Amino acid sequence: MAVAWKRKDLLDLESLSAEEIELILETTGSFKEISQRPIKKVPTLRGQTVVLFFFEPSTRTRTSFELAAKRMSADIVNIQTSASSLTKGETLKDTARNIEAMKVNIIIMRHSCSGAPHMLAGSVSPSIINAGDGSHEHPTQGLLDIFTIKEHKKKIEGLNVSIIGDIAHSRVARSNIWGLTKLGAKVTVCGPATLMPPEVEKLGVKVTYDIKEAIEGADVINMLRIQLERQGQNLFPSIRDYSMAFGLDAGKMKMAKKDVLIMHPGPVNRGVEITPEVADGPYSVILEQVTNGIAVRMAVLYLLSGVKERVE
Amino acid sequence: MKIKEKAKVLDAEQIDKSLVRIAHEILENNKDVEDLAIVGIRTRGAILAQRLAAKIGSIKGSLVPVGALDITLYRDDLTTVAEQPVVHKTEIDFDIHESVIVLVDDVLYTGRTIRCALDALIDFGRPKSIQLAVLVDRGHRELPIRADYAGKNIPTSQKETVQVKIKESDGVDEVVVAEKED
Repeated sequence: MAVAWKRKDLLDLESLSAEEIELILETTGSFKEISQRPIKKVPTLRGQTVVLFFFEPSTRTRTSFELAAKRMSADIVNIQTSASSLTKGETLKDTARNIEAMKVNIIIMRHSCSGAPHMLAGSVSPSIINAGDGSHEHPTQGLLDIFTIKEHKKKIEGLNVSIIGDIAHSRVARSNIWGLTKLGAKVTVCGPATLMPPEVEKLGVKVTYDIKEAIEGADVINMLRIQLERQGQNLFPSIRDYSMAFGLDAGKMKMAKKDVLIMHPGPVNRGVEITPEVADGPYSVILEQVTNGIAVRMAVLYLLSGVKERVE
Repeated sequence: MKIKEKAKVLDAEQIDKSLVRIAHEILENNKDVEDLAIVGIRTRGAILAQRLAAKIGSIKGSLVPVGALDITLYRDDLTTVAEQPVVHKTEIDFDIHESVIVLVDDVLYTGRTIRCALDALIDFGRPKSIQLAVLVDRGHRELPIRADYAGKNIPTSQKETVQVKIKESDGVDEVVVAEKED
């Protein structure tokens, strides 16, 4: 492999080169086997401290990061924002600088504001991993999606990947778009016009408002979660309406290629964006995505832990 | 830093003869062993392990399980090396519990790689015993580790390096002693 990992932080896929993404994918492949052993632990991060700093609810991502760090023997601290001094008015930066003063190595952070991890990365010395920032990016989710696709299809270049649903609010969509297009996939985004960000085609994707176009010829279909909490904003007439037009069900699956992969970043709203028979069907790799998530996060922790030069 | 080749110590034929001899020695020492398995240390040890397993298999007339171990995650110098080394796959798809494992590497030097490999192996289970086979033992041990089977003992100075080249990874089978030039 030609490239070596030099970055202190993993903030987004936008700033990574195709070679850096390939390096993470390659490293992920080597880590996957560890979770299949009877003793699921290697000593690599012994003595290193990882802080999980989640300002938004999460089951999958937080558990996945925590297991990844534990399987590499790191020590882990969970900060619950509701029980932290942020509720007493301390700023994010001050909290982070205090954590830094306790000599931690890696901070994994989820925040509702786009760019929050970028701000911290520039002001504290521990490595920052973005575990989702607002509607900006969720780089490890993008990486695990790409890894899962590559495991099945053996390549990314030239594949037709359709991302369907709430593109405007989805950090998963953005990380997938950046990563997949850098590796040469042809990405189509599809959803109601109200959930499509303006000028999205500038990211190098094809836009369609017709789900038929997104399904036909796709090698991979990634269904996004409809964020039900946004239902009050009148972005679509009703859940039932949305489901009829953009939900993936057995009927619409008839238009799909015979070897299509069905993905979903979770949590699934069964019967809304995807019906149970499709989510649990033979084309679905949704649970494989979850398994691969741990390996991807182990790979990222490994690569970041090797960075010796830190800003002080 | 340039590296100057000083002497070829083993050629392709000698490497092959060494492996044949090691194969016979392994079978001699493990006469009644049912569960013999070979595990090579990546990169070149894993290739040598494949060859050794094939030789043992053909003498014995039965297949010997063979695996590959990547020891990167067990290294004791990860916090000091300049660049994070690339992690390769560990592939041991048989149960090592209660089996006799012959660990294979190309060169035995400080013994630190073998220490890593022992830790890594034991994370897969509890073998009955672990034996060590190397193509070249060049001395300068830093840990109490020795080889049970050695293709050739080559006394070296710390300034020298021993380069094992294997057809599958380097295009040629040979072992050379080289010296670093400043």
